[in-house]
Amino acid sequence: MTWLYNFLFIALPYVALTVFLIGTIYRYRGTKFKFSSLSSEFLEGKKLFWGSVPFHWSIIILFFQHLTAFLLPDAILLWNAQPLRLLILEVSSFILGITAFVGLFFLIFRRTTTSRVRAVTTSMDLILEGILFIQIFLGLWVAYGYRWGSSWFASALSPYLKSIFYLNPQIDVVAAAPLVIQLHIALAFVIVLLVPFTRLVHLLVYPLAYLWRPYQRVMWYWNKDKIRNPKTPWTLFPPKNN
Amino acid sequence: MDIRSQVSMVFHLDKCIGCHTCSIACKNIWTDRKGAEYMWWNNVETKPGTGYPTKWEDQGIYKGGWEKNGDSISLKGAGKFKGLFNIFHNPHLPVLDDYYEPWTYKYTDLIESPEGDDQPTARPVSLITGKPIDIKSGPNWDDDLSGSPDYARQDPNLESLSPGEREAMFQLERMAFYYLPRICNHCLNPACVASCPSGAIYKRGEDGVVLINQKVCRAWRMCVTACPYKKSYYNWSTGKSEKCILCYPRLEAGLAPACMHSCVGRIRYLGVMLYDADKVQEIAASDGDLVQNQLDMILNPFDEEIIKAAKANGVADSTIKAAQNSPVYKFVKEWGIALPLHPEFRTLPMLFYVPPLLPVMASISEKNNKAQSEQLDPIAKFWDDQWLYDTSTEEIWGSVDQVRFPMKYMASLFTNGDEEKVKDVIRKLMAVRIHRRGKTVGDIDSVKVEKVLSDTRMSADTADEIYYLTSLAKFDDRFVIPPAHREQAFEMLEHTSDMKGATGFGFKEAPSRGM
Ligand code: HEM
Ligand code: SF4
Ligand code: SF4
Repeated sequence: MTWLYNFLFIALPYVALTVFLIGTIYRYRGTKFKFSSLSSEFLEGKKLFWGSVPFHWSIIILFFQHLTAFLLPDAILLWNAQPLRLLILEVSSFILGITAFVGLFFLIFRRTTTSRVRAVTTSMDLILEGILFIQIFLGLWVAYGYRWGSSWFASALSPYLKSIFYLNPQIDVVAAAPLVIQLHIALAFVIVLLVPFTRLVHLLVYPLAYLWRPYQRVMWYWNKDKIRNPKTPWTLFPPKNN
Repeated sequence: MDIRSQVSMVFHLDKCIGCHTCSIACKNIWTDRKGAEYMWWNNVETKPGTGYPTKWEDQGIYKGGWEKNGDSISLKGAGKFKGLFNIFHNPHLPVLDDYYEPWTYKYTDLIESPEGDDQPTARPVSLITGKPIDIKSGPNWDDDLSGSPDYARQDPNLESLSPGEREAMFQLERMAFYYLPRICNHCLNPACVASCPSGAIYKRGEDGVVLINQKVCRAWRMCVTACPYKKSYYNWSTGKSEKCILCYPRLEAGLAPACMHSCVGRIRYLGVMLYDADKVQEIAASDGDLVQNQLDMILNPFDEEIIKAAKANGVADSTIKAAQNSPVYKFVKEWGIALPLHPEFRTLPMLFYVPPLLPVMASISEKNNKAQSEQLDPIAKFWDDQWLYDTSTEEIWGSVDQVRFPMKYMASLFTNGDEEKVKDVIRKLMAVRIHRRGKTVGDIDSVKVEKVLSDTRMSADTADEIYYLTSLAKFDDRFVIPPAHREQAFEMLEHTSDMKGATGFGFKEAPSRGM
């Protein structure tokens, strides 16, 4: 079985991360037109609410929880030191998981049953939503079956994830983990791998800059003060608009 | 002072014949593509009516435009916090059914159906799903007051009228309507630009055209909500918003936009106006007479000081010259007979309308017109009811007060409810008519003509100019397009010598989706 573990927990992560990096950069530069999530709200606006809103809010919070456990495991452990706080964290995350699961179920249902939305659905959308659905299901299973995930993630899995980034993968812990957890981890890397090939690229372009830009935008071909001054060479600055 | 030039427009509603040629010209050039079939960057509505998309003027539904918030203004249904909070599902987004489901017909069925007892028919099929559909509405479903009970009576502008006035408007013999052609207003304080989280929408500094960068737009679909005129449309196939581009490739080549060039009624005028960009925010948030405030921002292109400041700000000499010859400046500022549409949305729209005179001015009265009927050829079908549709100029201003179209209705469209302002414009238009009739037919007493002109603070020469620009103007009078100086723009966009041997520049990717 070592070869399988080596593949799933060493080879797959590196392939996934490499493809993710090169793929998203290539796609951003080469096919910028497609670098977004094709909204279908215009074609169907009511059912989307019941899917998209619960799914997104909970999946984003869950994502940041995973990120915190990975980057700041000590903080999570400190929080979990008191049983009550541990319980609060676990229960709220579990509820979020269920919300995301149900939300995604609505999204998949809507995508496959509304004929207008089907017209703009690609097979990649369905594959992605299928994988996300399995992944959230596995996540819920892990949370329910192997308590208390927030603590052992921080103490056991974070070192494994870190070892990957330190280019010195230590897979003993994951190799010994129960099958469900192993699948959850491997599928997570598959999702990372898929990012550049799916609509998931949209989470990389969250429009945060909107918060600090002025509301109005005016663009000039060129600095308008210099435009008609024959003394300014026009090759000094690269064009901004294109 | 930060003087900029803005390509602005005037539509003279009295001249619009509702032929939709403008819409078709636009559609053929820009929007007969997948995902854009339902879009009409230029559309012509019948007023009273609900328009396209249905009831677009009702911001209680669509939450478009700006609203006053203390001393400043904020977007009604979008903005930094509302927009990012609602990004996963925009609760105020108009959906396809608010416009209409685009369709075509299965024409091949006409020739390929097997022989049978019935004639084959071409069934309508949806351009989105490809399935047969029942056509329920179209972009001008309520054309010429068709279906008035369902459409015209739902017009949001009727809210300002009393129930009695409303009923009066829909009495068969009082019914009147006019057309309202609409395109993007290329606003000075555009709500679409402000609402875009990606910053994909921008106003061109040189001429004020508002554009959406298709590579930067990421389908957050906030502009569709934010534009109170619903002139930013979501392309469901490419996942990008699109809007009227004022045919900028044509403008840059010195041609009028396609809708304007093709306009059968010659109702459209285009020219530049100079304005003070420093004042935009202040005026957009101002109180009181919004129309007047907006006009105050527009500067006199003959004023030496203004010319100097404009030049210092990089406005080209040719643009200043165009501003001096601008027909729009004349209609809007000099003569004061063109008004913005719904100034209360506070986007400072730069498309102005000369309000229609005919449906308004014609009064109807109950008269016995037996004498007239008797003179008619006996085989001619004569009018045997007692209503007289009267466009006479007998009463000078009396008819303004007995109009068929309540002034309140017009005021709700063009002046934020200020009836006096619309009346003033209508009187001026009437004065031009009376003056011209006195001059050409000669059956109007010169004392009366003079009184009319002095009442409207107009000289005979001005009236003649208005008459000329309204009725006789040639192409070059109607469209005064400043040179775009593309030679400079091109060099500024790309270094030409870097481009030697290259395949081109600009948009090289096919605008299609997948993934
Ligand atoms: C970073 C913040 C995110 C933003 C702003 C965002 C925004 C959006 C938007 C606007 C849509 C289109 C909804 C429509 O049809 O109108 C969408 C769809 C979608 N998003 Fe996100 N998203 C985010 C994060 C995520 C994450 C973390 C995931 C999953 C890992 C995700 C998965 C999806 C999926 C699967 C769809 C398609 C839903 C459908 O079936 O229509 N998103 N997202
Ligand atoms: S009319 Fe609408 S789309 Fe056009 S500039 Fe104004 S706000 Fe933007
Ligand atoms: S082409 Fe001119 S006259 Fe005809 S509908 Fe359009 S604006 Fe009116």
